[in-house]
Amino acid sequence: MRVAPTLAEGFPDLSGMTVARQVHWQRWLAAVAILVVLAAIGRAFVNGQIEWTYVSRFLTAKVILEGITNTMVMAVLAMALGIVLGVVVAIMRLASNPVLASVAAGYTWLFRGTPLILQLLLWFNLALVFPTIGIPGLWSARAVDVMTPFLSALLGLGINQGAYTSEVMRAGMLSVDVGQYEAAQAIGMGRLRALRRIILPQAMRVVIPPLGNEFIGMVKATSLASVIQYPELLHNAENIYYANSRVIELLIVAGSWYLLVVSILTPLQMLLERRFARGALQITR
Amino acid sequence: MTQPLVAIRSVSKNFGEFQALNRVSLDVWPGEVLCLIGASGSGKTTLLRCINQLTPLDSGGIWLDGELLGVREEGGRLHRLTERQIARQRLKTGMVFQRFNLFPHRTALENITEGPVQVQGRKQDDARAEAMELLGRVGLVAKADAYPSQLSGGQQQRVAIARALAMKPMLMLFDEPTSALDPELVGEVLTVMKELARSGMTMMVVTHELGFAREVADTVVYMDHGAIVESGPAAEVLGKPREVRTQSFLSAVI
Repeated sequence: MRVAPTLAEGFPDLSGMTVARQVHWQRWLAAVAILVVLAAIGRAFVNGQIEWTYVSRFLTAKVILEGITNTMVMAVLAMALGIVLGVVVAIMRLASNPVLASVAAGYTWLFRGTPLILQLLLWFNLALVFPTIGIPGLWSARAVDVMTPFLSALLGLGINQGAYTSEVMRAGMLSVDVGQYEAAQAIGMGRLRALRRIILPQAMRVVIPPLGNEFIGMVKATSLASVIQYPELLHNAENIYYANSRVIELLIVAGSWYLLVVSILTPLQMLLERRFARGALQITR
Repeated sequence: MTQPLVAIRSVSKNFGEFQALNRVSLDVWPGEVLCLIGASGSGKTTLLRCINQLTPLDSGGIWLDGELLGVREEGGRLHRLTERQIARQRLKTGMVFQRFNLFPHRTALENITEGPVQVQGRKQDDARAEAMELLGRVGLVAKADAYPSQLSGGQQQRVAIARALAMKPMLMLFDEPTSALDPELVGEVLTVMKELARSGMTMMVVTHELGFAREVADTVVYMDHGAIVESGPAAEVLGKPREVRTQSFLSAVI
């Protein structure tokens, strides 16, 4: 091969030139089309039979505020129950003990396989099956007194959530390299300590985005508890429109609150993600 | 007459059809540095993992410091030990992995103190002071608060060595400690290992670094197809091997 003493001719120097801005006419066209459609929809709603004064009046009504409070209390408690159950069931599912593993699989199968609203109705109507519940010889009570709308909703939502969360947690634990478990064993850790100290903290990083997703789902799923008389947001909105017949106005009120809450949750999730990203390479911005 | 620190007797291990170890017997004496060499798949890593009980063996026995590992003999039969008992036996060995396996969510210092604090129940302050000492020994005091992702491969492996030493093991196992490193980072890890060997630590090293074996090892063991083909003083096995298979392996590697 010939070694050239100088560079070959015919390739001009481009180093001084800048790259011209591209004109994205398709983007402008799409933006205009969407604006037209939005304007049409907006106009329809403004001219439609909606009394916007009712919307603004009931947006901060006491019953509505109580409703959103109850919604959030239930979402947080049911999610907490769901996460605890999910972690336990995921660990059982990955255990070498076949009995534990199949119990865990059966739980997921049962509660993921039936509609949530059906499970809520079952918990609420538990008194039809067991008139009294308790521990023989220690304590007992009438099921109708125990199975309040609150407890029925908490059990129904939380146990159902546990079935989904266990799969999320299991995926997170499987995502941690086997070498991490071996390294934990090599410094004398038992299985549970390795899970708690080494595997779960690393799984959390992977698990938080889907768990955030699940929590947003939970906030909205609490509205199903309206069928068992739990006084959450939708239930209270319905009670108002049963009285004043402003159905759409109150649904808009409830919808606005759900949207607001979900909008606040998204940045909170990002804070959590940053907390658990310790030591991880920052790939995402 | 002292007894060997590790006594391996007729150990066999199969992975399905594949015979990883075939009736391997070996002694490792206190203070000895033993290098295991051989082609990949020859069983040297499996042997190391059997000693640390990350891989349970099928038959035979391994004694560490006079204690039978993983099983207990009673009434002419062997009974598997509980996980807790196995975890306690593992404390006598330190393991260094090919891919470092540092805990990515903990700093270098926290990686080292994790075992002493969580497993051995030592005081946080004592463990930290000792960890800093170990970091000094591997030349990484300045990196105490760095996360593994902020360290080079060589630095990570040196932290991993310090992490294993923090448990005060009587035997150090190295599973190809430099194979995952860029060539220019191999030296710094070998330097730490040489210093460790000089300090009198008993070491079993699976390695492809024949220069290291020649310089540091007391004994070199050549394995092929799950069996020990030849073992002896490093100069003999590497210098003038008796077995044809050892000769052809060495000429292929160099």
